[in-house]
Amino acid sequence: MKEIPEYEKDLASIRTMMERSAKFLSLSGLSGVLAGVYALVGATVAYFTVHYPISPLNYRIYSINDGTTIYKLLFIALVVLVASISTGLWLSSRKARKDGARLWSQTTYKLVVNLSIPLVTGGIFILIMLYTGHFGLAAPASLIFYGLALINASVNTYDEIRYLGYSEIFLGLISATFPGYGLIFWALGFGVLHIIYGGIMYNKYDK
Amino acid sequence: MSVLVTNDGYEFNSLKEMLGVTDGNLASHIKALEREKYLSVSKSFVDRKPNTKYKITERGRNAFKKHLDALEAVVKQTR
Repeated sequence: MKEIPEYEKDLASIRTMMERSAKFLSLSGLSGVLAGVYALVGATVAYFTVHYPISPLNYRIYSINDGTTIYKLLFIALVVLVASISTGLWLSSRKARKDGARLWSQTTYKLVVNLSIPLVTGGIFILIMLYTGHFGLAAPASLIFYGLALINASVNTYDEIRYLGYSEIFLGLISATFPGYGLIFWALGFGVLHIIYGGIMYNKYDK
Repeated sequence: MSVLVTNDGYEFNSLKEMLGVTDGNLASHIKALEREKYLSVSKSFVDRKPNTKYKITERGRNAFKKHLDALEAVVKQTR
């Protein structure tokens, strides 16, 4: 018979193995913070492109209707997205190497699939909305679909991502009731929330 | 078993990496589990390369749970 502490270690190692095999634990909290910063920078650029010199906080009776502005905004969003993903991949692979884990595995594949389904659906939906002239729905829809994607993917990674997902959905729904203030909510959802949750995760897992 | 109980199906090579063991070591353990009917084996081809996937069975899941319960019972005794 083994000693009691041996059994405790057995239990602990079983639990660890269960978690390690099912969850992507190389997600870097720092990349979340940086993604938030990129989003805030992007939002500032977008503000100067679209609203300046009118404050984005003022009630607006006009809305963004011309095609070129939309393309500029989409371009900014794309740049922020690419920057965030590359930073995320780079920092996560660094973290994986430090932990002796593999960046790409059966788990990351499932994570990507689960994340992509709502995300791609949302992306297509938003493009259709823009194409049919429903510009006011773009920001709320992006927050909502992003939140859904995060919740779907949280099964395969840290639980904090689930709560970030809830927050994004909540913010997205509120944003839907204030059409025209999309930029503010976009800055809050993709900027501030990422910085907060990224900071929490960095503190908890990466130090 | 910890890995199989948490995932829907796990490939031989992924298991080998996760557990950090050799081919032979893993194979012999899997054989034992297979004999007890704790897991099922499904072989297929992916990109023309042989791919073996393992899935826990209901019997295996129950056995694992009993094992966990027993461990926890022993640990509780000391508190």
